[in-house]
Amino acid sequence: MGMKVHGSLISPASMRVLACLYEKGLDFQFVPVDLATAQHKNNSFLALNPFGQVPAFEDGDLKLFESRAINKYIASAYSDKGTPLINRDPKKMAIIAVWAEVEAHKYEPPANKLTFELAIKPLMGMTTDDAVVKEQEDVLGKVLDVYEARLAESKYLGGDSFSLADLHHLPTMTLLMGTRAKAVFESRPHVRAWSADIMARPAWNKVLAMKAAAA
Amino acid sequence: MGMKVHGSLISPASMRVLACLYEKGLDFQFVPVDLATAQHKNNSFLALNPYGQVPAFEDGDLKLFESRAINKYIARVYTDKGTPLISSDPKKTAVINVWLEVEAQKYEPPANKLTFELAIKPMMGMATDDAVVKKQEDVLGKVLDVYEARFAESKYLGGDCFSLADLHHLPTMMLLMGTRVKTVFESRPHVRAWCADIMARPAWKKVVDMKAA
Repeated sequence: MGMKVHGSLISPASMRVLACLYEKGLDFQFVPVDLATAQHKNNSFLALNPFGQVPAFEDGDLKLFESRAINKYIASAYSDKGTPLINRDPKKMAIIAVWAEVEAHKYEPPANKLTFELAIKPLMGMTTDDAVVKEQEDVLGKVLDVYEARLAESKYLGGDSFSLADLHHLPTMTLLMGTRAKAVFESRPHVRAWSADIMARPAWNKVLAMKAAAA
Repeated sequence: MGMKVHGSLISPASMRVLACLYEKGLDFQFVPVDLATAQHKNNSFLALNPYGQVPAFEDGDLKLFESRAINKYIARVYTDKGTPLISSDPKKTAVINVWLEVEAQKYEPPANKLTFELAIKPMMGMATDDAVVKKQEDVLGKVLDVYEARFAESKYLGGDCFSLADLHHLPTMMLLMGTRVKTVFESRPHVRAWCADIMARPAWKKVVDMKAA
């Protein structure tokens, strides 16, 4: 039966799950969902994710959605395969969990808005709202100021080793590095070095290769 | 040494952690942080949470922040105490984690905005923005439509048993039930029943009593 990811290669959330699967070196089937024809709103997809969003995930009869929850499952169920992405030590795991929440609650909202303004709108022939970009760059900058201090004392966000807390940033980070907002990351030396490090990971480059092949 | 929660009883996120500690029946020290005098922005607090927000948490030399991460730690480390809030079965845990994300990513944004407009602003002498309320009620309504369907097949969000996925809703749910948007919850029969059930839990009532005291 195996694992299936129902997703789209233009979706950061889908890419988040693919990154995890490649880090773990796991076999899976990618089932493309055509967002342009609203395939993610049809009844068979809603049976996988009642919120009608990609990605959705299956492992045998287990059906999951929400990319961060899917990744937590993959990281724990396949903890002995490929890159360790969580930690068995409860205290070390707690620190990873803190920074995973920071990614989801502090980083994601401005990163998401900036990605929409700078990477998505142009593709759709819509005009970027410079006021929103300025405002969200400031929000993201304050979030990354804390990252700068954190990364001065810790190699990765969750501790000495790369973990889900770092991985979850990759899709929007990569998109923003292709826009003027890259300055928010690159003006902070530790953040810049960490970004370069994680974006260079072979598993992430496999996700980018999938995206390039589909284009 | 023991566990300490640095927080404020007007903070939903602080109440989220207190609920978890009471469910597990654990001893802890509550260290009040005075938000009105910006105590959460001073250097000693920033050493606990560099984002300058309540709550912050200590268990011996372990320092954590982000209420949902704190609760995951408590639920895991004290798994054999009090109410089970996660599962030892990986597939059941996976389903609980899905609904934990739903609470954080789908429910929290509109619930937070509504709480600000309807519960916080009036206390601060500010005017509620009715357009924001209308819009966020619609957003929350669509989220709760999915909950309504979920409860037709599952007693609690994560499965048969109460878990962190349900608990995390309590602080904003309680605040909103005291406002006009309670109808968003109460107009959906399964959601209404689930709300009444989880708000009646003795551990939650202990948090409410702390706030009232």
